[in-house]
Amino acid sequence: MPDALVADLRAALAPERVLAEPLELTLYARDAGIIEGHAHVVCFPLTTGEVQACVRIARAHGRPFTPRGSGTGLAGGAVPVEDPVVIVTTKMDRILEVDEEDRVAWVEPGVLNLDLTHSVAHLGLHYAPDPSSQQSCTVGGNVATNSGGPHCLLYGVTSAHVLAIEVVLADGSVALLGGVDAEPAGYDLRGAFVGSEGTMGIATRIAVRLTPTPPAVRTLLLDFLSVEGAAATVTGIIAAGIVPAALEMMDAEITRAVEDFVHAGFPRDAAAVLLVEVDGLPAGVEAAAQVVADVGRVHGARSTRVAADEAERALLWKGRKSAFGAIARIAPNYYLHDAVVPRTRLVEVLSRVYEIAARHRLVMMNVFHAGDGNLHPLIVFDRRENGVMERVTAAGEEIITACVEAGGVLSGEHGIGLEKRDYMPLIFGEADLDAQARLRHAFDPDGVANPTKVLPAGSRCGDLQRVPEGAWI
Amino acid sequence: MSGGAINDGALATFAEEVGADGPVACVGGRTQWSVGGAVEAGTREVRAPAGIAEYEPAEMVVRCGAGTTVADLDAALGEKSQCVALPAWDGATVGGVLAVGRSGIRRLGYGPVRDTLLEARYVSAEGRLVKAGGPVVKNVSGFDLCRLLVGSLGTLGLLAQVVLRCRPVPAVSRWFAGELDPFELRLRLHRPTSILWDGTTTWLLLEGHPDDVAAQAAFARAPEVDGPPPLPTGGRRSVRPSELRALTGRFVAEVGVGIVHTAEAQPPAALSPGAVELNRRIKHEFDPSGRLNPGRSVLA
Repeated sequence: MPDALVADLRAALAPERVLAEPLELTLYARDAGIIEGHAHVVCFPLTTGEVQACVRIARAHGRPFTPRGSGTGLAGGAVPVEDPVVIVTTKMDRILEVDEEDRVAWVEPGVLNLDLTHSVAHLGLHYAPDPSSQQSCTVGGNVATNSGGPHCLLYGVTSAHVLAIEVVLADGSVALLGGVDAEPAGYDLRGAFVGSEGTMGIATRIAVRLTPTPPAVRTLLLDFLSVEGAAATVTGIIAAGIVPAALEMMDAEITRAVEDFVHAGFPRDAAAVLLVEVDGLPAGVEAAAQVVADVGRVHGARSTRVAADEAERALLWKGRKSAFGAIARIAPNYYLHDAVVPRTRLVEVLSRVYEIAARHRLVMMNVFHAGDGNLHPLIVFDRRENGVMERVTAAGEEIITACVEAGGVLSGEHGIGLEKRDYMPLIFGEADLDAQARLRHAFDPDGVANPTKVLPAGSRCGDLQRVPEGAWI
Repeated sequence: MSGGAINDGALATFAEEVGADGPVACVGGRTQWSVGGAVEAGTREVRAPAGIAEYEPAEMVVRCGAGTTVADLDAALGEKSQCVALPAWDGATVGGVLAVGRSGIRRLGYGPVRDTLLEARYVSAEGRLVKAGGPVVKNVSGFDLCRLLVGSLGTLGLLAQVVLRCRPVPAVSRWFAGELDPFELRLRLHRPTSILWDGTTTWLLLEGHPDDVAAQAAFARAPEVDGPPPLPTGGRRSVRPSELRALTGRFVAEVGVGIVHTAEAQPPAALSPGAVELNRRIKHEFDPSGRLNPGRSVLA
C-alpha cells in the first residue's frame, strides 16, 4: 500500500531525494554510536523551503522529525525514535558568503567542517572548532551538538563561533536567531539553540566567525613514565598562566597503537604523552613553549620534542587524530565516552577509570583533551564476545558516576542525545530539568522536533511525557 | 576549595527573599539601570549574595555570589594574576553585568561576556533555586540556559551565584593612539585587545609578551597613551563591524566588534517577527505572571 506521507514528501522534494526502502532506512537507523532506532522515511532537502515542507508534511501526517547531518555523533542525537521523518541536511552544502573584513561566513548546514576551513585558508582564516571527525562532520551537526575539538581549549567550542542561525521551527516557520552584529536584540536565542541536538528545530543557514591563522605556532610532544606526571604537567601549565591552543593527553596503550599505525615517532614505551600546542605572536609563543617544557621537566618528562616544521607538526597531529583508526586494528568495536572533570582531579579520576575497566575485564585506552579536563575513556571490545555489552555498559555507567562525583559533568562535546539522557538527574535536580524543559517547550510546544532526546521523560514538572519506544542500547 | 554550607545558606535566604509572589527587581550596582526600560514603580528590590565561594587558580574558574562587585572579584583574582572578561564599570556587580550582557571595550581580544558564564544558580519566578550549566570549562550536558540568562535583564530568573571562566592577566598591557586607519590595523595586527575610533583618532590596546607588544606598536607607528578615551554614554548601537566605516558625527566605535557609543540615545534594534514570538514564549515559560523585573524588557 502506498504510504501517503512518503508520497507527499516525494511530491514536495523529488522522488530520488526521499528514501523509504527498508534497506535504505537501515543506513539511517544509527549515528556513530551504538544505539539503534528506526526511520519511517529519510529525506534530503536542498533549500530552507524544502526543509519547511518536510516539517509541515511530517506534522500533517502526525509524525515527528529528526534532523541529521553526517551522522558522526556518538550520543544518539540523530538516532530516529518514534518512526520519524529523518531530515538529512548533507545536500545543503553551499558556502553562501565569506566576508573577509568581518571574518564571517554564511554556510548551509551540510558544509563539512574541514571544507569550510580549507575554503578560507587562502585568506589567512580558519574555522576554529576542530572535532576529530572534522573531515566528515557537518557545521549543522556541530551546531546541534555544540562540538568541541582539541583547539577549543583556547578558542572556545562551537557556541563561541556561531553568530546567527536561520532555523526552521517545529511548526514549519522560519526564524533568524542572533545576528552578525555584536549585540543582537532580545534573548540569546542563538546561544539557546546551539547544542539543542535537533530538539528546537533545524538550522538551515549558519553565520560562523572565522579566526585568523596565528603567525607563530609551536607544537611539543612531552613523554612521561607516569600518567601522574603528565596530569600534573597539565595542571602546572594552566597554573603558570599559560592557556595553550591545545593540550592533549594519550596514555600508554593508545600511544603504542597510534605509533604502530602512523609511525610518527611517538615513544612506544611511554606511560603517557602530552601533545601541546601554543600559538600567537612569536615572542609570546617562544616564552610559553619554554614554560611548557620547564613544567614538564619538573614533573618528570623524559623528553620534549618540538616540531621543527609544519610537516612534523602535521605528523604529530595525524597521530592524535588517527587514534580511532588505530584502535580498529586492536578490536572491532569501541565505545568512546565523553565527560569533563575539574582539571585538578584528572589523576584521581583517571586511576578510578582504569580500575573500573580492570574490574570489568575490559581493554581501556585514554586519548583526550586534558587541558579542559575533557576525558575520553575508550573501551575496545568485540561485540561477538558473549556478555561483553553488559560489561561495557556497566563500566560506562560507573565511569560517568566517577566523573560526576569528582565535580564533573556528563558530556564535554558529544552531547546527551539518548546515550546520557537518563543520567541527567545525576547532575540536575527536578527544578533544573524543568527549566530546560520550558526552554524546549518555548521552541517546540508539541514536542515533535527530535522527540525523546536530551531530557529524561517527566522533566517538565506536572507534565506527562510519552515513554520513548523503539530505541535500545 | 571551600564554600559549601555557608553559601548554600545564603542562596536559600536569597530565594526566600525573592519568594513566589509579587513584583520583584534585583539590584546590582545600578550602572546600567535604564537598559531595557525602567522597573515599575513600587517594585520590591532584592540584592544577590556577595563574596567568593570557591577559587582554585589551577582550574581558572571562580564561584562567587552574583552580588559580588567585578572590582572585588578582579582584585581577588589579581593576586593569582588572573581576571574575568567582564567590564568593571564603577560599582558594577557580576550578576548585574551578566544580566545586562553588554561586553566591555576589550571584547575584541577577550570575547563577549556571554562566553564567560559556565554555571548559574538563579532564583526562578516560582522562588526556586535552579542550576544551569556546570562548574567546568567545557560542558554540553543539556540545554544552554546560561547563554539564555546572559543579557536577559533579570526577566527570566534572578542570578544568585555564578561560576565564571577566568583568564591570565597579560604580562603587559599598553594603550597607543594616533591618527591611524583602524580597519587596516584590525586586519594587520594579530588579535589586538581593543581598537577604538572616533572618526579621527584611533586608540589601540596591545597586550601580551613585551616584545610582541613592542613589535606590534612599532608596526602601528603610534605613540603610547595613558588609556582609552572617555566613551559617550547617551546611547549604544550594534552594527556589523564593516558598517563602522560609514559612521559620521560624534561617536567612539569598537572596531572589529561593531559597537558604537554615542552621546544621543539610540532606538532599539529590530528583530524578525519569528524571533519576537520566540522571545515572548520564552518569557511566558519562565515568568508567566511577569513578576521578575517588571517594566524591563529585552525588546525595549
